[in-house]
Amino acid sequence: MAKARVKVPKSATAGEVVTIKALIDHKMDSGQAKDKAGNLIPRKIINAFSATFDGVEVMNVILEPAVSTNPYFKFSFKVPATGDLVFKWVDDDGTVTEAKKTITVK
Amino acid sequence: MKLTRRNALALGGAAIAITLVPVNAAFAATDATLADIAAFTGGAEVGEGGIELTTPEIAENGNTVPIEFSAPGARRVIILADGNPNPGVATFNFSEMAVSEGTTRIRLAGTQDVVAVAEMADGTYTQVANSVKVTIGGCGG
Repeated sequence: MAKARVKVPKSATAGEVVTIKALIDHKMDSGQAKDKAGNLIPRKIINAFSATFDGVEVMNVILEPAVSTNPYFKFSFKVPATGDLVFKWVDDDGTVTEAKKTITVK
Repeated sequence: MKLTRRNALALGGAAIAITLVPVNAAFAATDATLADIAAFTGGAEVGEGGIELTTPEIAENGNTVPIEFSAPGARRVIILADGNPNPGVATFNFSEMAVSEGTTRIRLAGTQDVVAVAEMADGTYTQVANSVKVTIGGCGG
């Protein structure tokens, strides 16, 4: 199971632009590298990442094998109100990893 | 046309102008990269400006090269690595809640241009390319 780590501020003012950092532990086998015996290691990557705020998508990323091991994204968004940010990573094998953080608007 | 001194000068001036234009207008992209850009834009013309791409000048390790872009108002941004076996790196889609900027880490097979193309809110496209020198390639070959 891939381990995801996200950094989201706990509170914000309405309309404030906050910075979000999201990272997931994943080898991101590109399908280009070879093992010690010289065989190609098959491609196995996280192919999609998305961030949703209270059911509305904030942003998403389609990943290719050229994204580094342990894919890391930093982005910003305007907090409209108190709500939950849900992060989702999709593996080539169909595994979905989710993380949830609540932002409270004071 | 007789080759007078005046004609020769005019020709020379034109030749210089022709060689200068491509340097300013575009980088030397590979066919695969151009195809990816065309797939992204649907063949629309790609302008310049309105997008910033921050990359290290020299990356010691091609396995993890930090990149950062900012394209205020962009709906979609595609990142391409011109010198990789497959140029595609990542496509970012932004909603109105998001600020159209992002930071990530990418793999580069060797010294090459990293290209970012953005689709702006009005449907126009803009691109930027940065050259990155890579000391150790990042494709595990």
